[in-house]
Amino acid sequence: MNHFLIILGMSLVTMFPRMIPAFVVEKIQFRPWVNRWLNAIPYAALGALIFPGIMTVIPEQPIIGLIGGVVAIILASLGLNVVLVVIGAIFTVFLWTL
Amino acid sequence: MTSKLETEIQPNVERNSGQLQMLQRGVMTGIPIMLGYIPIALTFGVLAKQAGMSLVELTAMSLFVFAGAAQFMGANMLAVGTGAVEIIIATFVLNFRHFVMSLSFMNQLRRIALKSKLPLSLGLTDETFAVSALHSDEAKKEHGAFFYGGIILVAYLSWVFGSLLGGILGDIIPQSLSQSMGIALYAMFIGLLVPSVKKNLRIGLIAIFAMLINAICVQLGLSTGWAIVIGTVLGGISGIYLLGEKEK
Repeated sequence: MNHFLIILGMSLVTMFPRMIPAFVVEKIQFRPWVNRWLNAIPYAALGALIFPGIMTVIPEQPIIGLIGGVVAIILASLGLNVVLVVIGAIFTVFLWTL
Repeated sequence: MTSKLETEIQPNVERNSGQLQMLQRGVMTGIPIMLGYIPIALTFGVLAKQAGMSLVELTAMSLFVFAGAAQFMGANMLAVGTGAVEIIIATFVLNFRHFVMSLSFMNQLRRIALKSKLPLSLGLTDETFAVSALHSDEAKKEHGAFFYGGIILVAYLSWVFGSLLGGILGDIIPQSLSQSMGIALYAMFIGLLVPSVKKNLRIGLIAIFAMLINAICVQLGLSTGWAIVIGTVLGGISGIYLLGEKEK
């Protein structure tokens, strides 16, 4: 039972930060610079999510994550679909760790 | 008589097929997330079971929390006997980055009604946000909510069923493969970012700023959660100067 209370607590503290912005944008019109900031958030978030986290794919060998990343950059630059980029990167890391 | 019936039914049929089409496109767009989530969800199921959680508990956690990193942390903390309050506070800190992401996502969905925005906001993860935000045009189209709903649906189902399967079957993916699949979500983020950078190099600068700030914060000893929040917020601020009015 205690476990379920913890799960409920985790659920609530995760839900509120996700939900509150839905009400905020209903109430407030942002100034242009705020909109520019919010439009840049996805790119900044992608950057922060990629690095340095990518080096922890194989924690003992950070270089392998980086190599997988470089392969992903090359495949994506060639205009490949995201699914193929993902599969290519998995395959690279797999070969490197054999 | 028939003509009257037709005029009554036709708009409804068209609306439904339009919604279904957007949902399907969303589901297809969300497939890379599925590829990344399934191995992680399986691993979560296995670890949570080892940490002493029951099958119902670990599935409930995936159903109601739907946040990968926080769930791994929660399961680990439960295993070592950490107190409830501490686990919940740590979850809040780790997931606070979703507030910033949701603010950006909900601003993108301004034209969509609140009753649709609310469930979509609850489905926000790093991955659903990344994919949705880089498909911002759909927010302006009719039935756009269904497109984002489709992305979230694939992600959510992969996550919930993946963790359930992991709890039931245990380690089914060979370790060398599951380890390699750890690159999947990073590769997806890269696959999303690169086309935008090709269109506008300044976008690459924003991402690099965020990476460096994040790395510095980690070096300074901040937790991953705060490091990502600070990297995202400050990296985004560089966008105020780098992005023009219409660029997205």
